[in-house]
Amino acid sequence: MPYTDPPILSVYPSRALVDEAFKVLVENLPPGCPVTVHSLHLSEDDNYWEAYGHYISDHRGSVSVSEDVSFGGTYTGKEPMGLLWSLRPVPGSRQGLRLRKMNVCTPMLVNISVHCGHLVEAFRDQTPLASVLTERWYMAPGVKRIDIRERGMRGTLFIPPGPGPFPGLLDLWGGGGGLLEHRAALLASHGFVSLALEYLTSGEIPTARLDYNYFEKAFNIIQDHPLVTPDRVGIFGLSLGSFVTFNLAAKSTIINPRCCVCISGFHCHPYRSMGEMIQTNLNKLHVDENNYQIWRDMSLPIPSDISKKVDMGKIKCPLLLVCGHDDQSYPAVELAEDIAQMVHAAGKDHLLTKVFYHGTGHMIEPPYSPHFRATTFMAKTKPKVILLWGGQTKPHSDAQEDSWKKILAFLQHHLYSTPNPRAKM
Amino acid sequence: MDKKHCVKLSVQPSRALVDEKFIVLVQNAPPGFQMTIHSLHHSEDGHSWEAFGHYTADATGTVNVSQDHSVGGTYSGVEPMGLLWSLRPVPGSKSWLRFRKMNVETPMEVAISVYQGHQTVFVDQVQLASVVAERWYMAPGVRRIPVTESDLTATLFLPPGPGPFPGVLDLWGGGGQLVEYRSALLASHGFASLALDYLTAKITLKTGKMVENDYFETAYKFLQEHPQVSGSRIAMMGLSFGTAMTLKMAVYSEVMKLSCAVCISGSHVQPVNGSVEENYVFCFRNSKKVCFTEEKQAIYRDLLLPVPTDPGMKVDVGRLQCPLLLIVGEDDQNWAAPESAQDIKEMMEQAGNSHLLTLRSYPNAGHLIEPPYSPHTRASMLKAVHVNKMVVVLWGGDTVAHSRAQEDAWRKTLAFLWENLYGRKNSAVTSMSHL
Repeated sequence: MPYTDPPILSVYPSRALVDEAFKVLVENLPPGCPVTVHSLHLSEDDNYWEAYGHYISDHRGSVSVSEDVSFGGTYTGKEPMGLLWSLRPVPGSRQGLRLRKMNVCTPMLVNISVHCGHLVEAFRDQTPLASVLTERWYMAPGVKRIDIRERGMRGTLFIPPGPGPFPGLLDLWGGGGGLLEHRAALLASHGFVSLALEYLTSGEIPTARLDYNYFEKAFNIIQDHPLVTPDRVGIFGLSLGSFVTFNLAAKSTIINPRCCVCISGFHCHPYRSMGEMIQTNLNKLHVDENNYQIWRDMSLPIPSDISKKVDMGKIKCPLLLVCGHDDQSYPAVELAEDIAQMVHAAGKDHLLTKVFYHGTGHMIEPPYSPHFRATTFMAKTKPKVILLWGGQTKPHSDAQEDSWKKILAFLQHHLYSTPNPRAKM
Repeated sequence: MDKKHCVKLSVQPSRALVDEKFIVLVQNAPPGFQMTIHSLHHSEDGHSWEAFGHYTADATGTVNVSQDHSVGGTYSGVEPMGLLWSLRPVPGSKSWLRFRKMNVETPMEVAISVYQGHQTVFVDQVQLASVVAERWYMAPGVRRIPVTESDLTATLFLPPGPGPFPGVLDLWGGGGQLVEYRSALLASHGFASLALDYLTAKITLKTGKMVENDYFETAYKFLQEHPQVSGSRIAMMGLSFGTAMTLKMAVYSEVMKLSCAVCISGSHVQPVNGSVEENYVFCFRNSKKVCFTEEKQAIYRDLLLPVPTDPGMKVDVGRLQCPLLLIVGEDDQNWAAPESAQDIKEMMEQAGNSHLLTLRSYPNAGHLIEPPYSPHTRASMLKAVHVNKMVVVLWGGDTVAHSRAQEDAWRKTLAFLWENLYGRKNSAVTSMSHL
């Protein structure tokens, strides 16, 4: 049997930030050779995630994932980043898993390999033709990570490299609670001093009440930092974090965010806690065929009584709203339209930008993170439930990529570029 | 107008292999703004190296180092990588330093900063922005394996993946030591590479005796027998005195069947059938022929001149059976590499095997032709092996030409190895476009 030349597999860049694209190239194959390009990742909680695409080499024996078409696998078509965003738990994994990096000081390691033929399973039982490792980082070189435990706060501050001063961001996640650092780390890698704030411990949500003083203090901590320009601090929220942001933007007399980004938010929450909301609306809490909980109807209809909502006509700063049409936990698009009406009625259209995506669910994360349609949602007082977030993988992943670009451009514009409207000329 | 908010600096990619290009971009500066872009690196041996270029922002307030002209500094013109290859010790440093990373498991960290105006002194200046670029010798997944069996002093670098991989036996020159960075980089490009210490090996330090020719054969066999190396696809690569060893083994060894050889800045002039020690003494004795510059830098190139006509005094390259890539710098002040290369070419043409030879000769390049973007060292302090003396050696080369030569020579070296060890025919290799 003739000795065949070994194929050459490369990923460029081999080390990148999680929101940067890469090029996966296979060379030195026989021409017209069917191959499977496969990605594998072992998460911090010990679960395997994989993705793969089916390709055919050209007359030079090359496959370029950026330029060629995948004919099958976890993604099809021309998808340069499909090996990341279509990652899913390997067969046999538990249900409701979510891929989240908790330690942002180390990179996410993804093994990329190329196999002979068009495989659909049992990748780990086959020796690949070649494999390489790629690192995906949340922290750019020089970004500093600092634990914040002062004035009763619990959070993590990320500071970009350089002399500063920098604009700042308060980064708020949702009702799942805990301290999630990955987005703040990434924002610092783009030049923003970012504070990831814990305001609910994991599983706390049903009984928690929100104390706005806590958020105002956190905002002040950012402003007071010697490397932050105090009048260029914004707020970034997702889900319950958006709700908090709406309240701060519309009602706070203590803080003045320069701009806000709110993903998958809701502004109607006339309950003292999430637990009370669920109890009051149990009849509208549905489940799908997998017994995953669908919460969206609990928020419908949207009340017309303004006392039951945050009065969004009172916002004073630019606001970017990002939502998915297929959000199954909140009717995010309808809620965003309601917000738009209030803003319009107050003559403040110029402050609002809303971006809606079809086929997109609730959990709109930084680009290339795998889409999860439903995951386990922590709850201390009940047995664990699986919540349906919604979205179809391909459109949801496109939305993550597109929205992140828009978010960074929005933040760059309002926090870096525009002169302070209140500054002396 | 607070300029501080306007200036945004980025380096893409922020983490890269040392032979990969990056793009340094300044944005949001006022149009026409004069600035200095500066690089700073603190080396492992405690020295600081810096480089800088003088730029003017365009109408959009942007400076792109890959596209714009530097009008002054340590480099000028359009030089995408000038901030690395023109690095030099900061004012006040010791003289005759040479940049070398010995710990290849950590990256070289370079701080890239922007200063207002066209500056030349940076000590008390305020930066407008600063970022960090990491430059790595090892790609993710590359494995570093110290080798001590069979009395070898070596380090094996294996690429990630199941293999098997073609192998490279990697030799440095007369300064000795176990120098790993080129092997680490070769492994990052798909070659199982063995960095071999053959002058200051542990066995030599213990016994006081230099290794014999079979030491290289042992290293070769180690690679050949390794389960993750393709035993029939092994190359040998040497720089300076390493070239002498490589040519000797490529032509005369009965054990080593090399797929190809790469010889940088070396010579074929040596007593044929000499031992390593005899070769070493031959190359470095004859101290009467050492010249000195006004600054007392030693020029060793005449030691191996003139090229002898006696066939017993040069490797019979007419007997070479594998492809050979010869890389020489025409301003090499340390070895008579260009003259040797010329003679090698003639010998091979006479013998009818010159189709095996690829010669890359670089005008104004010096002796130390290393992987690209490393700072050029025109002269440095060297402690020659087994001589209890520190000498300032003149290596030669003009910085700009030498840096270009390094870039081109490395690309040619990789293409040569890929072609001969992987059977990769396409010389306009797509995956090298970022190198």
